[in-house]
Amino acid sequence: MTNIILPELGEGITKATIACWHVKQGENVVAGQEICEAVTDKASFVIEAPAQGKLKSINVGEGEEALVGGVLGIIE
Amino acid sequence: MKSNIIIEDWGLVNYAEGYERQKKCVQAVIAGAEDHLIFCEHPAVLTLGRMTNQDSFLYQRHDIEQRGVMITDVDRGGDVTLHAPGQLIVYPIFNLNKYGKDLKVYMEKLEEVAVDLLRNFDILAISISGQRGVFVGPEKIISIGVGVRKWVTYHGLGINVNTDLSLFNLIKPCGLNVRMTSMQKLKGHTVPMQEVKAQAIALFQRNYEPTSK
Repeated sequence: MTNIILPELGEGITKATIACWHVKQGENVVAGQEICEAVTDKASFVIEAPAQGKLKSINVGEGEEALVGGVLGIIE
Repeated sequence: MKSNIIIEDWGLVNYAEGYERQKKCVQAVIAGAEDHLIFCEHPAVLTLGRMTNQDSFLYQRHDIEQRGVMITDVDRGGDVTLHAPGQLIVYPIFNLNKYGKDLKVYMEKLEEVAVDLLRNFDILAISISGQRGVFVGPEKIISIGVGVRKWVTYHGLGINVNTDLSLFNLIKPCGLNVRMTSMQKLKGHTVPMQEVKAQAIALFQRNYEPTSK
C-alpha cells in the first residue's frame, strides 16, 4: 500500500483544501497520473499518484482540508 | 545566474485556445524548456476557479452570456474573475524547481512584481495580507490566480490596464465585495499596453533569477 501525501507546498503553508479528485475510489491509476488538486492561497497544486495500483480509499474528500504531510488517499 | 525567460505575446486570444496553448507550454517547460512569460488579452469571459462560490454571480448565467460574456471552469485557485480586452494577462510558465519549491514565495513575488510595475506608472498599490491580488486603496487592480503542475506554474496575473470596468458588475470579483479599478481610470487616460508589457518584462527578468540549474 502506498499513501498519497499532501506535499510541502511552501514555508508557512500548513494545510490545503482538496478541490477535486480526478479518479474515483476503486479505479486503477498509474504512477505519475494526475489524481487530485489541492488549493491553497489562490494556487491550485496538481497531485500525482505516487505508485501504480488501485485507489483503495479517498481519505480527504472534495472541499475538505488536509494538513501538509497528511494522507489524502491510499493506493494498493 | 542570468535569467533566460522566453517572451511570447499572443495578442487577443480566445480563453479556451489560450488555455490549450498554456498547457502545451507547461509540458514543454516540464520537459526542460526555458521558462516562458506569456502576454495576451482575452475576449470577455468569466473564469471559475476551483473555489468558486455560486453567490459570486450577481446575475443569472443566461443573462451574463446574453451580454456576450462567456463562462468557463478553470483549474486555478480562487473564485470567479473576469477577463476582457484591455486587461493584460500575464502567464508566467516558470519551473519552480529552479527558484525554490515554495508556492507562498512565488505568490508573494508575483505581487511584488505587480506592485513595482504599477509604481513605474506612478500608481501606489499594495498587497493586503490574507487577500491575494493588488489593490489601490480599497479597489482591486490586479487579480492573481495560479496553477502548479510538477512545480511548473501556469495562469498568473490579470492587470486591469484599460479594462471596461462595468463588466465586473456581473460578479463579486474573486468572491469579494470589492470594487475594481484600472490603470486607465487612475491615470485618466488610456495606458499604452506595449509600455506595460515592456515594464513587466524588465521586472520579471530582474526578479526571477534561478537559484540553481
